[in-house]
Amino acid sequence: MTVMEQRGAYRPTPPPAWQPRTDPAPLLPDAEPYRVLGTEAAAKADPELLRRLYAELVKGRRYNAQATALTKQGRLAVYPSSTGQEACEVAAALVLEERDWLFPSYRDTLAVVARGVDPVEALTLLRGDWHTGYDPYEHRVAPLSTPLATQLPHAVGLAHAARLKGDDVVALAMVGDGGTSEGDFHEALNFAAVWQAPVVFLVQNNGFAISVPLAKQTVAPSLAHKAVGYGMPGRLVDGNDAAAVHDVLADAVRRARAGGGPTLVEAITYRVDAHTNADDATRYRGDAEVEAWREHDPIALLERELTGRGLLDEAGAETARQDAETMAADLRARMNQDAELDPMDLFTHVYAEPTPQLLEQREQLRAELAAEAESEGARP
Amino acid sequence: MTTVAVKPATMAQALTRALRDAMADDPSVHVMGEDVGTLGGVFRITDGLAREFGEDRCTDTPLAEAGILGTAVGMAMYGLRPVVEMQFDAFAYPAFEQLVSHVAKMRNRTRGTMPLPLTIRIPYGGGIGGVEHHSDASEAYYMATPGLHVVTPATVADAYGLLRASIASDDPVVFLEPKRLYWSKDVWNPERPTAVEPIGRAVVRRSGRSATLITYGPSLPVCMEAAEAAEAEGWDLEVVDLRSLVPFDDETVCASVRRTGRAVVVHESGGFGGPGGEIAARITERCFHHLEAPVLRVAGFDLPYPPPMLERHHLPGVDRILDAVGRLQWEAGS
Repeated sequence: MTVMEQRGAYRPTPPPAWQPRTDPAPLLPDAEPYRVLGTEAAAKADPELLRRLYAELVKGRRYNAQATALTKQGRLAVYPSSTGQEACEVAAALVLEERDWLFPSYRDTLAVVARGVDPVEALTLLRGDWHTGYDPYEHRVAPLSTPLATQLPHAVGLAHAARLKGDDVVALAMVGDGGTSEGDFHEALNFAAVWQAPVVFLVQNNGFAISVPLAKQTVAPSLAHKAVGYGMPGRLVDGNDAAAVHDVLADAVRRARAGGGPTLVEAITYRVDAHTNADDATRYRGDAEVEAWREHDPIALLERELTGRGLLDEAGAETARQDAETMAADLRARMNQDAELDPMDLFTHVYAEPTPQLLEQREQLRAELAAEAESEGARP
Repeated sequence: MTTVAVKPATMAQALTRALRDAMADDPSVHVMGEDVGTLGGVFRITDGLAREFGEDRCTDTPLAEAGILGTAVGMAMYGLRPVVEMQFDAFAYPAFEQLVSHVAKMRNRTRGTMPLPLTIRIPYGGGIGGVEHHSDASEAYYMATPGLHVVTPATVADAYGLLRASIASDDPVVFLEPKRLYWSKDVWNPERPTAVEPIGRAVVRRSGRSATLITYGPSLPVCMEAAEAAEAEGWDLEVVDLRSLVPFDDETVCASVRRTGRAVVVHESGGFGGPGGEIAARITERCFHHLEAPVLRVAGFDLPYPPPMLERHHLPGVDRILDAVGRLQWEAGS
């Protein structure tokens, strides 16, 4: 064929290797965050679930207040509060089956506690007597992750491994809006989608990464939209509507369990407190903004729904408050006891067997402690 | 009864065999990385594994080192024993945060309840004419991270034995494969692989009385050659192959130095902040009164790894080693 003949026969075609992978339309999040409370969808909500969520939210709010108070008493080194975000924390814990796994970030001790971990053990990291205070296998809760988003690929790997072993296990991984800028967020979502791993990613968009507002993190239409790029569905939900968060997460968990692969959920919420007790939020945001969000408080929203439908009376609310006080009193009492520390523990869990070098260093510390004890004993 | 001929085998073949045997012995062993499946790895170390064990056991991952190691951490949390391949030394750096913040610390963070039995294989070092980012001697980074074992074979038999031990270890192991020795051959019976070698034991590769060359991985053959050449100068050199940088075998190293009274540490890694400084300090602290001369280092220069046409000037060679041996204050000592 001559060049001219080739030209005549030319039909534009896509490059040979190109083919569409996924139809993006069904993956796109809705234009508005999904809500249940105060909408028609509320009528379909299970009253028992709503009451349970309410009790947990009230307890969660009290837990946040107690933990913050413990920082002021010097019993916690630091506390990143999830006040205002209790709906996400509680729903994330309640939506999982016992065999499932939760992957929390450092702000998610409330979710960890709601999952069943002893609050004293959940707060060990922040008290500072060890890093992880609980056995991750006891309640299937991964250690609190401080380096942002680094826990997300762990959730993907664990869920993938469970599926390879034929186990019916879903992993739910929590991250904040700031964390979505990290490379590990991208890699985790991509691996999860490629492997169709049974994972649910819950992004709590609480408006700030310490002081930096979301506008400086991303210009994506929403964080939920990022899902589409990975070929997984993105869901947008009102993060202060506990029933809505529970619904959306439950859907995503069901989908993952059924082999439908991962989902990215963006929950729109607000960090009412400063980043931690050591932060000064007045440097980067005004009171008006905080007050506006107080109007959209997760407990108030649920309370309105429950009382409006006759599912909660003053006695019921009082019971929830009392339960919360009991939890707080117990936490206070136990956190006010000094932690028992054994410096020799420093060397115990570096390796399965200490290296010869660590054995030498352990003896060095032992000798230092003995000398310390001796000099203290010698004092009048 | 059949007899199997003992033939020369390459280090690459021994590594492949180690992976295969580990996968056959333990269904929880999973190999994962870039191009490790269909292709068998760019160095063909995972050749045939996907075919034999399926792609769920030998998995081509997306091209993202942090994701590879991060997901491997999750798999290890769930009771698997992942063996991760990083394609090249300098491509492993994106995984550094996962390595330092999670792999190395998880056992410690969780008071021993969540150990991570992970092996991270990294082809490392120069001498193969690789272009930029393909020849780093990156061992010092890993050595400086408590919680990791750092292992590197220098012989065909050790490649098998140490890799088996690393995969069997309940601690994370950074397994550094000297890529210029991949095609080195040794008499080795692939039908009867050598026993699993314990991690943390150095070995004397050549006995001598005059001085000790302390080395590992890619520099071992260079040191052996230097020791041969040194005979002409009247030096009878001992050569110690560390095999494991962490844990460090002070006992074998110091026993040798006490015998010879002189030591030179040889490695490709830069001297400043490199393993040699630590080794020299350990020797000085433990065997000072046996030393006839300061412990010397023959290391790569403190440079970004050079372009391939200049790399021979960078890598420790026989002449540079002999030159260092010559500076071990023979006049004062004799």
